[in-house]
Amino acid sequence: MFRDALLVLGKDLRIEARAKVTLRQVAPFVVTVMVLFAFGLDRVLVRDANVADTVTDSVPAAYVVPGLIWLTLLFALLLVVSRSVSIEEEDGAGDALRLSGLDPAGIFLGKAGAIVVQLVALELLLVLGSMLFFQARLHAPLLLLSATALATVGMAAVGTCYGALSSGLRSRETLLPVLVMPVVAPVVLAAVQAWQLALVGEVGDGWPWVRLLIVFAVVYVSFGVLAYGALLEES
Amino acid sequence: MSVADDVQLAPVKMTAPPAGTVPEVTVAMRSVVAVLGVFPALSGLDLQAGSGEVVLLRGPNGAGKTTVLRACAGLVPIQRGDISVLGCDLRKDRRSVRRRIGLLGHATSLYEDLTVEQNVRFAVRAAAGDVDRIPAALERLDVGGRLRTLGVMHLSAGQRRRVALAALVARGPRLWLLDEPHAGLDPDGRDLLDEVISEAAAAGTTVLLASHDVDRATRIASRVVLITGGRVVTDSVGDHHVS
Repeated sequence: MFRDALLVLGKDLRIEARAKVTLRQVAPFVVTVMVLFAFGLDRVLVRDANVADTVTDSVPAAYVVPGLIWLTLLFALLLVVSRSVSIEEEDGAGDALRLSGLDPAGIFLGKAGAIVVQLVALELLLVLGSMLFFQARLHAPLLLLSATALATVGMAAVGTCYGALSSGLRSRETLLPVLVMPVVAPVVLAAVQAWQLALVGEVGDGWPWVRLLIVFAVVYVSFGVLAYGALLEES
Repeated sequence: MSVADDVQLAPVKMTAPPAGTVPEVTVAMRSVVAVLGVFPALSGLDLQAGSGEVVLLRGPNGAGKTTVLRACAGLVPIQRGDISVLGCDLRKDRRSVRRRIGLLGHATSLYEDLTVEQNVRFAVRAAAGDVDRIPAALERLDVGGRLRTLGVMHLSAGQRRRVALAALVARGPRLWLLDEPHAGLDPDGRDLLDEVISEAAAAGTTVLLASHDVDRATRIASRVVLITGGRVVTDSVGDHHVS
């Protein structure tokens, strides 16, 4: 299974390295969203502070930035998953993948792994953007890293499963967000909570959200490992 | 020295079955019924093919030729009947059988953003094949040399077809399912394809071939099966009509 996963992971990353879709299309989208949020929230945000300004009705960036990061990442996930699916739809490549004899669980792990790698690159961009546009200060790196890693795995797992489910459908582009967003919403909410608590310095309260993210990641990855074969056959 | 000269070529050899042995039944379809949407694509089809046979599937458009090939690969759900491929029930043991099947359909199943060699290498490694066969297979199909490192998106339709065939040769599956394999190839490419098919059959590979290029395909076929309305109408070996 892991040999097959590495093979598919390498293939998807090689394709991305040559096509540069995430770099040239998704990354600019992410930056644009951050810039628009920065302008849109300019008057209500207190930058470089963790407490609200009582004179104006402003809110501290520490409460807003996590939501912006994870919401933007959710939109980026849809684009990355859509691309991951379209790779297998080009010129009947999906049939070849099914006929390859690769372990479906390995294919799932490989494709989800490639999505994780791309999301991590986008997360770095988002964090840099939030530091630049919102002067966000990162605290509690262990909590942030744990929450980010687990949420990324959970999102990638959900995206990979629903990507396979929507593959081959003419309405895939519109169906994918409808399918993915409700399922991935708890992951996003938990990640936002953990990040907010980390940024405002309430680290102890953030760990229960990480435990919830562990549950989501385990459930979604397990579901993908078990169900991906059937999803692949039905697509 | 060309790039191709740098490559240490490994011969693409297949082991022929011992002389005098009875051909092993590779494909056995019994009373197979398959419905695509509301359209009955196969209506109780019976077909058998043995090792080393090249079976040409003939018939008008919509007769069920492509469905037969895809059903043999387990890509079409069947409502009734049995399909046994390489001694395994396709419903129960699909994954292990598929590794020994090669399907070349209307699409070439290549990744546009990978190079020729990366595509073939992925196909071979996915099927747990021998990567040492890749250089020789690429040279055999005339897509070695400088083409190896070229992205598939830059190739012509005929060259893509050759790359897909090179992947098939390098993998060396026991059953080849070819749907209009001559389409898109130039005359030299068609001759080369015929040679490759004949070599594979001589080495014991079973080839099921659907083609409208009947004159050419008949020359390499050991049997011609006429399919109409999802059923086998005639099954002939030369002039001898079996049914």
